[in-house]
Amino acid sequence: MKPTFYERIGESVHREVLPNGLQVCVVPKPGYAKQYAFFATRYGGMDTRFCLDGRWLDTPAGIAHYLEHKMFDTKEGNALQELAKNGAEPNAFTSNAMTGYYFDSTAHFAENLEILLSFVSIPYFTEESVAKEQGIIGQEIRMIEDNPDWQIYTRMMQSLYGVSTARTPIAGTVESISHITAQTLYDCHKAFYTPSNMILTVVGDVEPERIVELARRVLPREAGPVIPRDYGTEPEAVAQQESCLTMEVSTPQFLTGFKCRPAADGEDYLRMAVLGDMACDLLLGDSSPLYLRLYDQGLINTSFGGAFEMMPGVAYLYAGGDSRDGRAVAEEIQKEARRLADEGFDEDFYQQVRRAAFGSNLRGLNSFENIAVSLTEGYFHGYDPFRFPQVFDSITQEDVRAFLRENITPERAVLSRIEPKEA
Amino acid sequence: MEVTRIQLADGVYLTYLPARKFKTSLLSAQFVTPLQEETASAWALLPAVLRRGTVSAPDMGQLSARLDRLYGARIDYTVRKKGENQCVGFVASLIDDSFAPGGEHLLEPVTELLGELICDPVTERGRFVPAYFDSEKTNLLDAIRSLINDKRDYADSRLLQEMCAGEPYGISRLGSEATAEKLQLHKLYALYGQLIASARLELFYSGSAELERVEQAMRSAFATLPRENVGEIILAKPHPAREEVHRVEESMDVTQGKLGMGFSCGSDDTAALLMGNTLFGGSSNSRLFLNVREKLSLCYYASSVYHRQKGIITMSSGIEFDNFQKAYDEILTQLGEVQAGALEDWELEGARSTLLNAYAAMGDSQGKLENFFLGQAATGQVETPAVLAQQVREVTPARIFEAMKTVSLDTVYFLRGKEAAQ
Repeated sequence: MKPTFYERIGESVHREVLPNGLQVCVVPKPGYAKQYAFFATRYGGMDTRFCLDGRWLDTPAGIAHYLEHKMFDTKEGNALQELAKNGAEPNAFTSNAMTGYYFDSTAHFAENLEILLSFVSIPYFTEESVAKEQGIIGQEIRMIEDNPDWQIYTRMMQSLYGVSTARTPIAGTVESISHITAQTLYDCHKAFYTPSNMILTVVGDVEPERIVELARRVLPREAGPVIPRDYGTEPEAVAQQESCLTMEVSTPQFLTGFKCRPAADGEDYLRMAVLGDMACDLLLGDSSPLYLRLYDQGLINTSFGGAFEMMPGVAYLYAGGDSRDGRAVAEEIQKEARRLADEGFDEDFYQQVRRAAFGSNLRGLNSFENIAVSLTEGYFHGYDPFRFPQVFDSITQEDVRAFLRENITPERAVLSRIEPKEA
Repeated sequence: MEVTRIQLADGVYLTYLPARKFKTSLLSAQFVTPLQEETASAWALLPAVLRRGTVSAPDMGQLSARLDRLYGARIDYTVRKKGENQCVGFVASLIDDSFAPGGEHLLEPVTELLGELICDPVTERGRFVPAYFDSEKTNLLDAIRSLINDKRDYADSRLLQEMCAGEPYGISRLGSEATAEKLQLHKLYALYGQLIASARLELFYSGSAELERVEQAMRSAFATLPRENVGEIILAKPHPAREEVHRVEESMDVTQGKLGMGFSCGSDDTAALLMGNTLFGGSSNSRLFLNVREKLSLCYYASSVYHRQKGIITMSSGIEFDNFQKAYDEILTQLGEVQAGALEDWELEGARSTLLNAYAAMGDSQGKLENFFLGQAATGQVETPAVLAQQVREVTPARIFEAMKTVSLDTVYFLRGKEAAQ
């Protein structure tokens, strides 16, 4: 394995691409008791339409997540239990563009890793076991549907995006998942769970060479084809400006989103991610003039926060929380973006926020999961996430102002609100 | 993992855990005070008001600027319930000095700011700044009311409220809306004086600095902390078992029902109950997971928690309204099997490994360490994770079944939808 040392953050990553196309990354962490493995495929909630063996398939919303649940089934029983028997804490998640399976353990690491690699690469479904999962996932969907944070976010995404499958809820709906069969699950597994579409990351006090040997031994030899995907051609304009839902909540909530120009893969992708985060902190972070003013006016409280997110073909900045007047806060954000784009930042403030952002990125490296997910996203989008200190250095005030000028505008804005139900 | 615990002043203790592997250091200062209906919301409000400004950095802008310049150090206020105590204070996280690009020392300035937040708040005419008090009181009320937004948390907390009504353990960490509404500026300031003088103060550090340096920084930061009539730590009283099961049902406009069940435990063999609960509903290998979820497909989650500091078990699940009886029966059936010892060896060893893994991995997270050692100190316990792990290793099946036989249903809470309500 080829090691790279990152002096400014005190980490090293050992990388190798196996003959079957699988990328393997190992991040040694001496002194830690826990070992963490993360095995991920570039396949998530937005990959519903794709071409397999020359045929375009339209699959039901929620299928990647459904597949994630069913992958734990093995011919012998259930991998979740196999791992739990060894004291490992296994789990998995599906995001818009990725499905990741992971565990952490403090004993039997090699054995656990072998279980992980096997169950994720060998599908085993029956019509009966697939049908049985409807009840479990149906309750998962009911649970999130009752969650105001999920509702307000999903509605914001559906306002921002009219075509892109970024608007599709990851778990689907109780109706959409009712169309899922064992055969559709096998098709999706065949298309996306191939070594060349996946990455294995291990973090902990381990020997990198042993990880590679194990992966070479356990995983299939065939790389798998490149699968064309169709996310839809998203127009520049937002789908709708506003949505509002009434729920059993105590106070009104809001989320305002801005449809930003997406970045191409490669280091530009990382640069855009860092730039978007910086813009977000400078515009509305805890120490920004806007945050302090709105907090003093009682228009926002500590629930207020924002973030910048990217996924294939999609980038957006959003912010929200509880507020008696979310619309006013959303308008203030637009006005402040305009002012900052025109007037620029106070240099001390700019440097202070840059320092804080560096510290916060560094803090993220305490989390094994965060390290693994960053390396995985970096691999899928063709950049090296541990180069963030260099990328920070390359960003100027003028870059941030240009970002705000272009992206944080009334035409690109949407507002999603939740109002309490009248008693 | 070496733990050093030293006393710095009357009722002031420092727990010191050296570690070089993290990117950050974690510092914490927590007052430990009995959880009481009358004072809970005042104590919850206090750190929020203190976090608004100190004499040297009198508003949030100046505080944020100071923290940003220290490479994004964070100081967050915390309000936690540990046993029948309430712990309020601040947790600070700062990047390790070795990563400060200019080679600056960050521990001393962050500790100093932590001390200022507690000992040197900005005041106006001998009280907290009225505008800060008012806005944080509004925020506290919003936070108490917003508990209803997350129905799972809401149901879990309603179960505890009903089960432990009249006991401190039933009080929410933020107190009640009614008491929060009555909070007054001058009273809060007086209470603040009392708290910092007489409550136990638990200080915590995890990071790469030497003990002497940390001790020196803490002594200097808390040099002006008053100390008088320092109280002892209150230990939680056991929950008195009910003769008849207490049943509560509520309805709301929701799509999923929430079932909560509370159990009293007659045994004080905590290691055996911890194992028993893990077998019952504490892991993805548990009886509840394998049967209520995997076999009967009744839910997405059904899990149970053993409250070591109070000696009770609570169970929480989200189900279809109509499946109430089915789920309820199955949960009790599974408890019965654990009590009868109808378990296989792999289940026992799986539960044991799950707990041992959690104890072994605790040293890898500064946040978990801080929370664990605060919980120990606030409930008068001294075992380290290694000692607790050893206790788990020694538990025999016979002890588990004996302890679990003393577990009995105490309270049932069900939240159902409006249409489905009778």
